[in-house]
Amino acid sequence: MRFGVVVFPGSNCDHDTFHVLNNIVGVKTDFIWHKDSILSDYDLIVLPGGFSYGDYLRSGAIARFSPVMNAVKEYADKGGLVLGICNGFQVLLESGLLKGAMLRNKNLHFICKYVHIRVKNTNTPFTNALKDGSVLKIPIAHADGNYFASEEDLKNISLNNQIVFQYSDENGNINDDVNPNGSLLNIAGIINEKGNVLGMMPHPERASEKILGSEDGRFIFDSILNYLKNRR
Amino acid sequence: MKAKITVKLKEIVLDPQGETILHSLNEMGYDKIRKVRQGKVFFIELNETDEKKAEELLKEIAHKVLSNPVIENYEVEIVK
Repeated sequence: MRFGVVVFPGSNCDHDTFHVLNNIVGVKTDFIWHKDSILSDYDLIVLPGGFSYGDYLRSGAIARFSPVMNAVKEYADKGGLVLGICNGFQVLLESGLLKGAMLRNKNLHFICKYVHIRVKNTNTPFTNALKDGSVLKIPIAHADGNYFASEEDLKNISLNNQIVFQYSDENGNINDDVNPNGSLLNIAGIINEKGNVLGMMPHPERASEKILGSEDGRFIFDSILNYLKNRR
Repeated sequence: MKAKITVKLKEIVLDPQGETILHSLNEMGYDKIRKVRQGKVFFIELNETDEKKAEELLKEIAHKVLSNPVIENYEVEIVK
């Protein structure tokens, strides 16, 4: 098994993600430079957090034109697993691999704190180790995490059960008070229709070791391992 | 040839920055200001003499790169 972490100019969670995948989850992991264009040997591709191209124009707007993104699209079309975290989620939205767009946080702040997210769909390669309605404690760190989609897209995403994570309180209650950034329907993470591309604003790689305050992020990586082992 | 591309958030999209600017202006006493929407303007120079071709090219980059059609609209203007 082999994982890859894409590195754009301005990625800054690439090493954290590499560390967790390679040393904690224990799967041989490579960095993939944004100018590379072959990804066929990997079992998971992660687009990490950060500020690719300084967030110039719009978050993720320039990274989506990197050569590696053509390869990511091909890889996803063939059913490969793609996980976009934070800026990685923004890149997936800009590239059209996921529906919707990110707006500036409603309160205009850069928000860096632990949040709770309720798992709405456990029937995915990324959440199968969790029970429906589980609540995870995972940090967010972003200025543009205010999820928006057209009425039609939002309806389809809801009907197809593509909403995977929603901001909630620690008991799993979903309301405006626990919505940190103004996202529609408290959306913190969505998956594509086919179920192999997940984007999420919270950072599971920052919550995968006890010493860092939460290990809840491990459920996501463990789910991926489950899925890949059963697929073989 | 010179051109100007204006990118604006669609009307249905909330603009937290515009709201905050409006609020501040009103607080400062500019109470006649009723609405503010923040956008982007790109000033472009291009090697093209045919206005029609220029417009096509500008629309293409506006749609593909400079705006995100999910949340934004754009206007292309050739500057004479």
